[in-house]
Amino acid sequence: MPNNPQLNKNGELQHLLTIEGLSAEMLRHILDTAEPFVSVAEREVKKVPLLRGKAIFNLFFEPSTRTRTTFEIAAKRLSADVINLNIGASSQSKGETLLDTVDNLAAMQADMFIVRHAQSGAAHLIASHVAPHIHVVNAGDGRHAHPTQGLLDMFTIRKFKKEFHNLRVAIVGDVMHSRVARSQIHALTTLGVPEVRVIAPKTLLPAGVEHLGVHVYNDMAKGLKDVDVVIMLRLQNERMRGAMLPSAQEYFKYYGLTADKLAHAKSDAIVMHPGPMNRGVEIDSSVADGKQSVILPQVTFGIAVRMAVMSILAGS
Amino acid sequence: MKIHIKNGRLIDPRNEIDAIKDVFIAAGKIVSVGVAPESFLANRVLDATGLVVCPGLIDLSARLREPGLEYKATLISEMAAAVAGGVTSLVCPPDTDPPLDEPGLVEMLKYRAKSLNQARVYPLGALTQKLAGTELTEMAELHAAGCIAFSHADAPLDDTLVMLRAMAYAATFGFTVWLRPQDAALSRNGVAHDGEVATRLGLPSIPSCAETIALSTILQLARETGAKVHICRLSSLEGIEMVRAAKQQGMAVSCDVGIHHAHLSEMDIGFFDSNCHLIPPLRNLRDRDAIRAALKDGTVDAICSDHAPVDDDAKILPFAESEAGATGLELLLPLTLKWAGEMGVPLNQAIKKITADPARILGVANGHLGMGQSADICIFDPEAYWKVEPKALKSQGKNTPFLGVELQGKVRYTLVDGHLVYEAAY
Repeated sequence: MPNNPQLNKNGELQHLLTIEGLSAEMLRHILDTAEPFVSVAEREVKKVPLLRGKAIFNLFFEPSTRTRTTFEIAAKRLSADVINLNIGASSQSKGETLLDTVDNLAAMQADMFIVRHAQSGAAHLIASHVAPHIHVVNAGDGRHAHPTQGLLDMFTIRKFKKEFHNLRVAIVGDVMHSRVARSQIHALTTLGVPEVRVIAPKTLLPAGVEHLGVHVYNDMAKGLKDVDVVIMLRLQNERMRGAMLPSAQEYFKYYGLTADKLAHAKSDAIVMHPGPMNRGVEIDSSVADGKQSVILPQVTFGIAVRMAVMSILAGS
Repeated sequence: MKIHIKNGRLIDPRNEIDAIKDVFIAAGKIVSVGVAPESFLANRVLDATGLVVCPGLIDLSARLREPGLEYKATLISEMAAAVAGGVTSLVCPPDTDPPLDEPGLVEMLKYRAKSLNQARVYPLGALTQKLAGTELTEMAELHAAGCIAFSHADAPLDDTLVMLRAMAYAATFGFTVWLRPQDAALSRNGVAHDGEVATRLGLPSIPSCAETIALSTILQLARETGAKVHICRLSSLEGIEMVRAAKQQGMAVSCDVGIHHAHLSEMDIGFFDSNCHLIPPLRNLRDRDAIRAALKDGTVDAICSDHAPVDDDAKILPFAESEAGATGLELLLPLTLKWAGEMGVPLNQAIKKITADPARILGVANGHLGMGQSADICIFDPEAYWKVEPKALKSQGKNTPFLGVELQGKVRYTLVDGHLVYEAAY
């Protein structure tokens, strides 16, 4: 295994590409750094000058509204200059290669790239290519990783559950295609959660998923029993019918989170979802909007966590 | 031209020779081994003291990228790589552009290769037109033009009826069919073994049963049609077990593996190293160990380089978008020696896997150094270390998972038909 490509020679975070391989100490440092940023949003002037004069490029090769917007808000609250690029609609469609695009933008004095790409490993490729002063944040690469989402989920869990070492966490749904699930699993196991479960039909579980340190369940009632945290995954429209699943209706019946199924979890269990939700497919509205749902706080915390990541990278 | 190879350790597995013996060459043939023929006056004496003298290597799969893919590599570059790697004969798969599905293309390739006076080229003809998997090629005509056998390269052949007919037609003429077992549906879009690493990295995957299901089909159709089959690039323990069982039942089937699969596993992909994007995918350590053991016990007949030079632009892409393949002609010998050293396999047995055994599969006379044979010879220093780096490779493809690694075993001289076609600069 090569050296962790996201750390510099002093062991500091140079890029954030994946949660895998980061220490619990590093993850806690990011979460701790995020804490004071939550209150920035509550001030009248919602800005701190940490990244003044820095140019941050939002490089989205795949459409995204929520993630791109929260990164943009986070960067602006740190006083950085933010440039949004929707690459899907520009040079890549003219045949320019990924690294040519990156080289061109680097020549515009970029300090940080926030990258979203449909292919697993795209952020690693860019990170291995850019000049040493440029930082890369993976905002989602294929099915591989979405580390800031994983971190904001940990931030949310810590806010509501205080500790990690006494929790039972269930991740429900399309683990196979989910970069969010992979980042969550790495983060939860690294932070010492003793029991991480995945619950899904066998068509939505990748081979050897248990090697990631999770317990596999195919049944919601059994899998949700006595858990403290329920994390629902988004089911992409194209998976809802065909050879993966027969129909959205059958999926909802067996794997959709309803109040009945949630009753198997602990009574104070929290319900999370990375968004955007498919109401009536993976989650029932009564649960999504219910008192156990922390889905909207997740979005709020997402900004603070992304501010923390960007400020730590810029300081390394 | 008369050549005297002096004081070398002659290893000729087919003739069961492993001893310090001189070799004498005249008019392109081996005229004596051990004792100089009467009044032999050499034009050139090659001092092989401390070196191994063995038959030239026979590589069962090397893509030369001509015609059509010259931006990846050319005949000139890859033939130079072959002889620099001690390879004196190579089998060229039909997946050129256009594919080798017409006699004229094969004749042109043979002619161009021959005019370079380097390694011998044995083209494999396409089993179906354009490798599209629907219509048969003119196999008899292609054979007359120089195709040694017929193959579908890595193109999917998902219509079982077409496969049956292709085998039956090939069997009519006694041609061997070379197939790499991989079920088209189970491997669609896949780029890595369906296991821990693909799961961790989120890469589309190919399960081992893609190999075994296709292999089962091939073996059953071979029994049905009586076609001779050669199984290419086995990658899984289960696939090896199936070939072992078929051989035990007395079936005339041979198989090979690519040299990378005897050393590497999915773990080597690390963080998306596209140099480890290979076909078939690198599987797990259990599979790799099964390959290493099956080479030793003879279940796997031969090792090939599966040479596939890829241009840099096609490799510096996200893993799944990168082009599969690795350069291999110049690594075949040292990586075979590495396998032998690690597995306690004697040198003569290791060399057999890249000389006499592939010659037997091809049904050609070379691959040994008996009297009267064409003098296709590789002379190498078994002790010399060299570092795999772009400037050390003659191949236009610099893509290999072994970049930066020090390997033992360096070719010093290569002879084809008694001509010194490569001499290392040192």
